Amino acid sequence: MASKDHYYVPDHSVWPLVATVGLFTLLASTGTIMINYTAGKPSSTAWFFLIVAIGLMVFMLFGWFGRVVKESRARLYNEQVDKSFRWGMSWFIFSEVMFFLAFFGALFYVREFALPWLSGHGGRADTALLWPHFTYNWPLLKNPDPQLFQGPKSGVDAWGIAFFNTILLVTSSVTVTIAHKCLKSNNRRGLTVWLALTIVLGMTFLGCQAYEYHHVYTALGMNLGAGIYSTTFFMLTGFHGLHVTIGAITLTVMLVRVLRGHFSPDYHFGFEAASWYWHFVDVVWICLFVFVYIL
Amino acid sequence: MSAVVDTHAEEEHHAHGPAKGITRWLFTTNHKDIGTMYLIFSFTMFLLAGSFAMVIRAELFEPGMQLVRPEFFNQMTTMHGLTMIFGAIMPAFVGLANWQIPMMIGAPDMALPRLNNWSFWLLVAGFVLLESTLFMPGGAPNFGWTAYAPLSTTYGPPSTTYFIFAVHMMGISSIMGAINIIATILNLRAPGMTLMKMPLFVWTWLITAFLLIAVMPVLAGTVTMMLMDIHFHTSFFNAAGGGDPVMYQHIFWFFGHPEVYIMILPAFGIISEIIPTFARKKLFGYTSMVYAVASIAFLSFVVWAHHMFTVGMPVAGEIFFMYTTMLIAVPTGVKVFNWVATMFRGSMTFETPMLFAIAFVVLFSIGGFSGLMLAIAPADFQYQDTYFVVAHFHYVLVSGALFGIFAAVYYWLPKWSGRMYDETLGKTHFWLSFIGMNVTFFPMHFLGLAGMPRRIPDYALQFTDFNQVASVGAFLFGATQLIFLFLVIKTVRAGEPATAKVWEGSHGLEWDLPSPAPYHSWTTPPVVD
Repeated sequence: MASKDHYYVPDHSVWPLVATVGLFTLLASTGTIMINYTAGKPSSTAWFFLIVAIGLMVFMLFGWFGRVVKESRARLYNEQVDKSFRWGMSWFIFSEVMFFLAFFGALFYVREFALPWLSGHGGRADTALLWPHFTYNWPLLKNPDPQLFQGPKSGVDAWGIAFFNTILLVTSSVTVTIAHKCLKSNNRRGLTVWLALTIVLGMTFLGCQAYEYHHVYTALGMNLGAGIYSTTFFMLTGFHGLHVTIGAITLTVMLVRVLRGHFSPDYHFGFEAASWYWHFVDVVWICLFVFVYIL
Repeated sequence: MSAVVDTHAEEEHHAHGPAKGITRWLFTTNHKDIGTMYLIFSFTMFLLAGSFAMVIRAELFEPGMQLVRPEFFNQMTTMHGLTMIFGAIMPAFVGLANWQIPMMIGAPDMALPRLNNWSFWLLVAGFVLLESTLFMPGGAPNFGWTAYAPLSTTYGPPSTTYFIFAVHMMGISSIMGAINIIATILNLRAPGMTLMKMPLFVWTWLITAFLLIAVMPVLAGTVTMMLMDIHFHTSFFNAAGGGDPVMYQHIFWFFGHPEVYIMILPAFGIISEIIPTFARKKLFGYTSMVYAVASIAFLSFVVWAHHMFTVGMPVAGEIFFMYTTMLIAVPTGVKVFNWVATMFRGSMTFETPMLFAIAFVVLFSIGGFSGLMLAIAPADFQYQDTYFVVAHFHYVLVSGALFGIFAAVYYWLPKWSGRMYDETLGKTHFWLSFIGMNVTFFPMHFLGLAGMPRRIPDYALQFTDFNQVASVGAFLFGATQLIFLFLVIKTVRAGEPATAKVWEGSHGLEWDLPSPAPYHSWTTPPVVD
């Protein structure tokens, strides 16, 4: 077939435009809801648009990815197209790494520079004039201005739920690799079982994290307004949790595809991309465990 | 080749040419269509952001408050910067990349064509949201394009939230576009075209795309922190909760400095294509050009705090960032030397693209030197936030990035349209732009050194003369761009037919294609030896 030598260039597609309209509506309505929330106003119209936008995005995801799956099943993609997907996915993951780096950078900066300076140590200790009685400890339980930002009662324990979650996620990285090996040796049963196990581990991780959030919110008094310790904790673990959710959904889609008989031992980049993403999520968690929980 | 489309019943009838009507543009996956849309969009944004600049220069024509209120003046400086950077300069380079990279490396199209379409329309959506803030209660963002906290968090207008989400959309658009460009360059080169045989425009875009993927997510992170501080009481940039407003500047400029190279590296590539053509000589020092661009890109990650010398930093930091910044002059000097050496004893002719290219080399160097002056930390205490800074970055962005884009359009327009532009009109556009640009921005050096602060709608009486000169220059420069608009329309509609090679000294794969280039460039890859 000629598509072996010819790079497949898809013709007209409606999906990018649907994605644009969907994302625009999603972000504009979210923004409106946030502005109204802060101003203490209701926003029923914006909620309506938000729901429409979410529906549109789900529709788009099914449509666009469905299209790609169909083309892939029709073997329109030759090796060179496959390579483009590989480059695309790798660089996408790199961009995600850089997104997390911004938040890790913020954590590093406040702990190494801003807070020591505020408490009178280091190169710009003159900022200590702002709150003369402030002392720096980590976890920061007493914020520079405790009236505006009431700190939490204590820091989050690393060796309880977080450690358990680390084991869960590292194990799930192993199981997804075993599933991949099964796929390559055409062991469909093994593939199904190990992939399903990976998803279960991921879901358990999310359940544990939800429990941990509940615990630190109620028992430790941690919330987004409780100062920089809680801020960095919730934003880093929260964005990570969001990525675990996306990864788990992707893996679930892969499971459905496996059950429908998609993928062959030498042609399964969709599965590989999902597992790459899963490993990336795992690595981010290990960094989180070290820098947010332990240190 | 038909198998590519035949297996695909629903889409087959579009395969060999563009679809009719508006759907051609809405649903297209063709790199040339998308490139054209990017270029038209960027020129539209250029005129819009330019009209904001006209408001600024009109207000500054005389001391005192004449035309606009100070709040609106601040919105104009902010929107001028944002629209020029994210709406005019960056999309213009992406448009050029879309048109040229597949043609220059012998590819059938971009590697991920549907993603390409999404990148473009998402950018448009981002700008619809951003520009709509001008009509909102409380007005558009008014804190400068840099959006420093707490101006943007505690004291920002309600529309800041839409600004944040608009930046998210532009960021996604840039990242997806950059991924596409990297995948195209790394995967779709014609057989025989090794990395070190790639045209320099392709090289510079490869490195630019890497910079985009590395720093746009950091910007997304920064504005997300802003969003959380505004609406959910987090304390990233609030020292009362243990955060730090200066941290905003660090994270922002970690994005911001590579960002300014994102806006100049592709122009370096363009100039490196044009000068050899019109000097009728091979580019001097190709390999060193590649390494110089790579070094500049690397250094761009370790110089960010030179934007913040006066903000409060340990002396060790000031010294580190001062030295790394000055290091950038070395690879940049290599490039300027190579361009001059390429022209040396060449048989030069001075068509419009070459005029813009030579003006680029001269004026960009002026901007580079004023950059070196700003890099010296103790001297920068004097220049910080004055018109000297404004003069500096307009020399690198107007006579750098923008002149590079103009040069590229004149150079490749005959290839795109199959028609030759009017050389007299082109030269008129060049000379008026050249004069207007220098009349506008050169006096700003003196204003800045004399202490006139930037982003202020009023000024002391002694600055009047130079401000009036600058304003006259700005109006001239602005009006001149309408000549360019007229020229492009005239070329596309009624230009003389162009040959495939277009220029006597041109070389490279894009000149092997007929003019205008066919809808699908290289369905069978050419072989490069």
